[in-house]
Amino acid sequence: MSAGGVYCGYCGRARDEGDHGACARRLGVVDPPRFCAACARRMVVQVTPGGWTASCGRHGESRSA
Amino acid sequence: MSAAPEQTAPGGTEQPGDVLAEAGERVLEGGVGLTEEQVRRVLALPDERIPELLALAHEVRVRWCGPEVEVEGIVSLKTGGCPEDCHFCSQSGRFPSPVRSAWLDVPGLVRAARQTADTGATEFCVVAAVRGPDARLLAQVRAGIEAIRADGNPIQIACSLGMLTQEQVDELVAMGVHRYNHNLETARSHFPNVVTTHSWEERWDTLRMVRAAGMEVCCGGIIGMGESQAQRAEFAAQLAALEPDEVPLNFLIPNPGTPYEDYPVVEGAEALRVVGAFRLALPRTILRFAGGRELTFGDLGAKRGMLGGINAIIVGNYLTNLGRPAWEDLDMLEELAMPIKELNRTL
Repeated sequence: MSAGGVYCGYCGRARDEGDHGACARRLGVVDPPRFCAACARRMVVQVTPGGWTASCGRHGESRSA
Repeated sequence: MSAAPEQTAPGGTEQPGDVLAEAGERVLEGGVGLTEEQVRRVLALPDERIPELLALAHEVRVRWCGPEVEVEGIVSLKTGGCPEDCHFCSQSGRFPSPVRSAWLDVPGLVRAARQTADTGATEFCVVAAVRGPDARLLAQVRAGIEAIRADGNPIQIACSLGMLTQEQVDELVAMGVHRYNHNLETARSHFPNVVTTHSWEERWDTLRMVRAAGMEVCCGGIIGMGESQAQRAEFAAQLAALEPDEVPLNFLIPNPGTPYEDYPVVEGAEALRVVGAFRLALPRTILRFAGGRELTFGDLGAKRGMLGGINAIIVGNYLTNLGRPAWEDLDMLEELAMPIKELNRTL
């Protein structure tokens, strides 16, 4: 699941639909991804003091660096 | 320091004196917080007086709290699916928020506590999005605390699990929880606009039990939820009346799917005025920078807030939102020559 997938990790809409500038400003600053970039499913996200994990039922887990 | 003379406006109408001069005498010299009316006047100060306000607030903080900063980390044990309707919260099950329910397992809790202790933090707060804890949640908290101790981690444990019964208060005390967080969130007069599924008074009852049981009381709120300046002053006065050990000061993060998703982020100068005003209302309290400071202040504010009355911070991420990396805040404290509070010492 790359950050540059088909769907926006913040709003879940297709990346080629509309402007995601505001989404990008939130992601990584105050928000972890909530939607799978590959399929737009809502992910189960766990935020911890030092990072986050996000799990998509179809595409598996991603985590902060 | 003497108070500024009363000013008389043309026409003979008496005007109140300068509120920062009054604060110099009452708060800095006397250690007594400003009244609600005085806080309201502080919140009305023009932008050009913000540096003066922050300088005074910093002086008050150093005089009455000392130079140390308390560092804390927090983690969400049970995320999402909350039955309450706190309008700011992305974890309410009543709103179409993208946050999905999740439980953190005990090994995950131990890791989070270790990450927090490694930053030099003395406080680790375990939070759950619930109206109040049930037996399952309390069992998870108990298992988590035991596992954190078995890991050799001496960090102090705080909890934030919603409204409590007396029996649950007693259980938490027996587990060794030394501080309990339960925010009043906003002024009593504004609370019904923010939450309708329970009352401000119900929150107050939990705080009263927590205090009586000997746990430290952590109680603050969120700025930027449509409250007026007068209600901010009202909130500060109500917190002062509660005499909490700690007040976490959050700034609204407008989260998608919540009723407040389109609310504007609190403007930085406004937020600094609030920081200074709350310090002058609560001269002896731990005043903690918490959620939303990243959006509200950008790069400018953290340092100005720390030099404007704040004496505690949450480092790292919050419950569902991200914060600045812990090392950035720790570097900032080093640069400001602000020592971090040591474990088992109280501010």
